[in-house]
Amino acid sequence: MFDFRLLDQPAIILLLSNVTVLAVLFGVGRFLRKRSESEIDKDVVRAFSRNMLSWIVMCVVLALALMVNVLFTVIFFWFVSFWAQREFITLTPTRPGDHRTLFWVILVFPIAQYVLVGMAWYELYSILIPVYGSLFVAARIAFANDQEGFLERIAKIQFGLLICVYALSHAPALLTWEPWQTWDSEAGGLIPWEGAKGGLLLYLVVIVQFSDMVHFVVDRTFGKQVIAPKVHETKSWEGVIAAAFASAVVGVLIQLLLPVTPFQVIGSGAMALIISVMASSGSMTMWAIKRDRGIARQGTLVHNRGVLDQIASICFAAPIFFHVTRLFLGRPVTPPAEEATEPLQTLIWQIPWWIC
Amino acid sequence: MKAITIPALVAIAKLFSGATLRWVDCQPDTCQRVYFANHTSHLDALILWASLPRQIRAITRPVAAKDYWVRGPIRRYMSGVFNALLIDREKIKVHNSPINMMINEIGNEYSLIVFPEGSRNTDNEMRPFKSGLYYLSKKRPDLELVPVFLNNMNRIMPKGEFLPVPLVSCITIGPPMWLETGESKNDFLDRARQAIEKLRDL
Repeated sequence: MFDFRLLDQPAIILLLSNVTVLAVLFGVGRFLRKRSESEIDKDVVRAFSRNMLSWIVMCVVLALALMVNVLFTVIFFWFVSFWAQREFITLTPTRPGDHRTLFWVILVFPIAQYVLVGMAWYELYSILIPVYGSLFVAARIAFANDQEGFLERIAKIQFGLLICVYALSHAPALLTWEPWQTWDSEAGGLIPWEGAKGGLLLYLVVIVQFSDMVHFVVDRTFGKQVIAPKVHETKSWEGVIAAAFASAVVGVLIQLLLPVTPFQVIGSGAMALIISVMASSGSMTMWAIKRDRGIARQGTLVHNRGVLDQIASICFAAPIFFHVTRLFLGRPVTPPAEEATEPLQTLIWQIPWWIC
Repeated sequence: MKAITIPALVAIAKLFSGATLRWVDCQPDTCQRVYFANHTSHLDALILWASLPRQIRAITRPVAAKDYWVRGPIRRYMSGVFNALLIDREKIKVHNSPINMMINEIGNEYSLIVFPEGSRNTDNEMRPFKSGLYYLSKKRPDLELVPVFLNNMNRIMPKGEFLPVPLVSCITIGPPMWLETGESKNDFLDRARQAIEKLRDL
């Protein structure tokens, strides 16, 4: 059942050390909580431990999925999308007229999107939701005969679909994109990358986690310049900058010690920097949404830290990471100049010409 | 057969409703209870029943409208699976009173799930309660009356829709109450309604 084509040795070591570090930090959190005379705020420590625990769970499930095959990983991400999106829609008010649209948005589009990602059909999965999905949502709500707050409603539903499904689906797309290249100084050009593709996905997840963690700790310890107190009282510029640079350092270290990506050492650091900035933007955006809905410390409806909070940072980082990597190292191989020989395909392409 | 269908139905109901169950000043118990809840969706009874712990679920019977649940083989089968107590809303007569029927059916073993509003409310406001709850506790004062607030069910399956949309919902179970001696019908029904209303903000 298990098959390690998606993970090579450095990737497995990275995974194990990541889970170990998270487990140690979780243990430290538990220890700090037990000590009653500790000066650190109890709630902060509890939030920290809870974050660590949910990251551990997520990492272990992702690792199991990666060990099986691409299909399981895609299903895993679909399920995360599903859960995040239902939380998102629950938090945003919709009207009864939106019901049929929501059915499409929660059950039909996400499944179609992940099937296309699994099929590696880039031309379609890269536009399915931004083009077909967003127009469909607007039209379907118009057909439902309820115009109140129309623009606001379509914006909410489209945004949920875009963030929870479209953006996140770019994480498993790292596994299905064909081909990845790497720079080879001897050949003086790009050569096909031989590494296991799971490494790229793992790199993304590890950097996002690390960045979130540094951001959290720096905010709580010496964050002074609060970015937007109305959105979040403690998120600070120090946190964003420290997270970005610490991530860049970790990116460099990962590529030096455990090369899991096709990047060069400097490139890996730059990529980690981009991921970290996107992760910070993602969690900030999620807080703005929650504050707008008046959910400061989570309402009663979505308990504790929902899936949505946990993945907001990955959702923002994944598409940018995918596209930047694709821009530099994912050039499609130009097919040999040969006429299309499949008769059926040729026939279909000719139909419009006959009509004209 | 039920050994397979009950867990399957429960799993589907839980997945579709994403329900979290909260006990506030109330503990799960297999004593005889009447869970009374606000009614906003056809799925209310099913989801509340499915979310209860297994031992309690086994002895809890939702009270449901006969005209809805006998229509079509699927509904009829489902009402059999969750052991629903079907009440004929059209033919309520003195010799055929639903209260007597409930009391006969539950004996000394079963608990009930009732929706005292009678039918589903369309907006978030609860309708005035029907008097059944009062007469039930008048005849069986030993039953614990447990208020339940169902949040967000109406968005999962609103009135007039047939496809559920899987959102997240929350079930809050509050502290038990009883009919006080000498309490009038209106006062009691008002108090019961308030008990659910209070759970909304917890």
